[in-house]
Amino acid sequence: MNAPVNVKAAAKTFLAQTEEYLSAYTEACVHCGQCAEACHFYQTSGDPRHTPAYKLFPIAKAMKNNKWPLNWLGLAPAITEADLKEWEELLFDTCTMCGRCTTICPMAIDIAGIVGRARQAFAAAGLGPEDLQQAAEMSRDHGSPLGLSPDKLADRLEWLADENEIEIAVDKAKADVLLTVSSIEMMKYPDSIVAMAKILNKAGINYTFSTKGYEATNFGYLAGKSDIAKIMTLRIVEAAEKVGAKTVVIPECGHAYGAMRWSGGNTIGRPLPFEVLHITEYLARLKREGKLKLKPLDGSITYHDPCQISRRGGATQDARYLLEGFAKDFREMTPAADYNWCCGGGGGVQAMGRAADLRHKVFKLKIDQVAKTGAATMVSSCANCRLTMDESKEYWKWQGGLDSLVEVIAEHLE
Amino acid sequence: MTLLDFARGPALSIAFAVFLIGVLWRLFSLVLLPKASDNSPARADSGSAFGQGLRGFWRHMWPADPYLKSSVFALVNGYAFHLGLAIVVFGLAQHIQFIKDVFGISWPGLPTGVITLAAIVTLASLVGALVRRLTNPVLKLISTGNDYITWLVTVLPVITGIMTINHLWLRYETLLALHILSFALMLVWFPFGKLMHAFLVFLTRSRTGVVYGRRGVKI
Repeated sequence: MNAPVNVKAAAKTFLAQTEEYLSAYTEACVHCGQCAEACHFYQTSGDPRHTPAYKLFPIAKAMKNNKWPLNWLGLAPAITEADLKEWEELLFDTCTMCGRCTTICPMAIDIAGIVGRARQAFAAAGLGPEDLQQAAEMSRDHGSPLGLSPDKLADRLEWLADENEIEIAVDKAKADVLLTVSSIEMMKYPDSIVAMAKILNKAGINYTFSTKGYEATNFGYLAGKSDIAKIMTLRIVEAAEKVGAKTVVIPECGHAYGAMRWSGGNTIGRPLPFEVLHITEYLARLKREGKLKLKPLDGSITYHDPCQISRRGGATQDARYLLEGFAKDFREMTPAADYNWCCGGGGGVQAMGRAADLRHKVFKLKIDQVAKTGAATMVSSCANCRLTMDESKEYWKWQGGLDSLVEVIAEHLE
Repeated sequence: MTLLDFARGPALSIAFAVFLIGVLWRLFSLVLLPKASDNSPARADSGSAFGQGLRGFWRHMWPADPYLKSSVFALVNGYAFHLGLAIVVFGLAQHIQFIKDVFGISWPGLPTGVITLAAIVTLASLVGALVRRLTNPVLKLISTGNDYITWLVTVLPVITGIMTINHLWLRYETLLALHILSFALMLVWFPFGKLMHAFLVFLTRSRTGVVYGRRGVKI
């Protein structure tokens, strides 16, 4: 990118993030370096620059510079173009915002949260990986980062329904549940969408997809473009309001869940008029209500926790509840659940071409973990994790099996 | 006015004033910032914010199992330093007398043997922390002037304290004056450097605890 770097816009955006806790976080780091041990990028590269605490430096510098009387006395240097250029790679390519570093931090600093906000400053300055920016712009202009326009959605859903001889509800006038998609699924793992429809059909749920709001991924959020984040959120909110949905179900996608469940109401500036559930939470509910009856699953499996669903989402136990009594040979990795290792592709890193090499190397952590369990297949509930894992599997010529939890469940409906 | 008079009088008074005003400035400049209201509903069973904050504080007292091995130095050295310092600061009879003179409260002191051991542990852990900071590639990169100044103003009262209590090399009155002056220096630096973590830790850990709690994350 050759456009001039707008340092002032970056500094201003850093300072716009003034919620009390965020400022406290940036001031509280004691530089103990423990977070490096928790970070999959540092563990893989051994490069000290990948230390999570180091990633806070630009925003901490901008905030300190603004602090009276430090700026008044000239005691705090200002953020520079060189700073922004040096840290761009660190805040985008080598942070999946998985939040593992916070769990080791003696000060409990939410580094992932700060990185998410700091990315907005980089975007304001005109920095950030081009492919990530383009994915955000594609979402705004065409409805989805992978070019899944409303017409294409309708076509593909119709085709999937015919091909699989099932009903897939689209654009019903009224429905209790609005189903959404991740375009990664629609383009690469359409069986996931079929699986969701099958399960909901079987349970007798009044659901619909909507061509007004369907894309659950939010690249505006990942790219630091808050205007696009808002547009993407509003599309789903308006679609849900139109059909009168009480529940919006987020498909197998990690950040889409966080962006809607924990940030949606803040992004649009009002509480959401419906509940937001990840598909694993929703299926767990169906199981509790006796609406999900399954034949037992043979073969050994392990479960990869998508960071935004488990560690940063709090839905850790729902996937396990689904596997309970269903997967006859379920083996946990160590560490797992809230302390799992990230797949390496979260936080939009999956979409950054230049970051691919390091994220493939990061995936070795996962391969070793799976090997220790001896499980034949690793299932997950995030299409972004799955794509990352599929690509890295190819890179390492790994023989392990990969699958989607929702698909496995749909294959075993009674 | 002797050096000791100066240390006990104006130096200490000014240092306390800078400490107090500085700490209040740091804290108020944070808590008076506008707060973003959270429009996302918490999980049904997430409890009160106060309870969540307390749990967050407690959970970060000790590294979780997956990190125990890699954190062992920071854990042992960190606890050794903080506990050692607390024993010396609040257990030495002379310190208790000083606190009684200033604040009017007192408690029984600890035996000299315990204090000496604690002082040695404290000093050793400070040396250990510095050596690690200077040699570990991660710490070398993320360390700033703040880290080294903070180390210096922390180690000086420990060294001068050990010298004073053992009457090493100089006259007792001079040693005591130097010890008090080094303490005053630490107080003056406190609000400007990372010693502030002693206060900020309550804000950050409890805030993260609330975030975990609302989301139902059991960390």
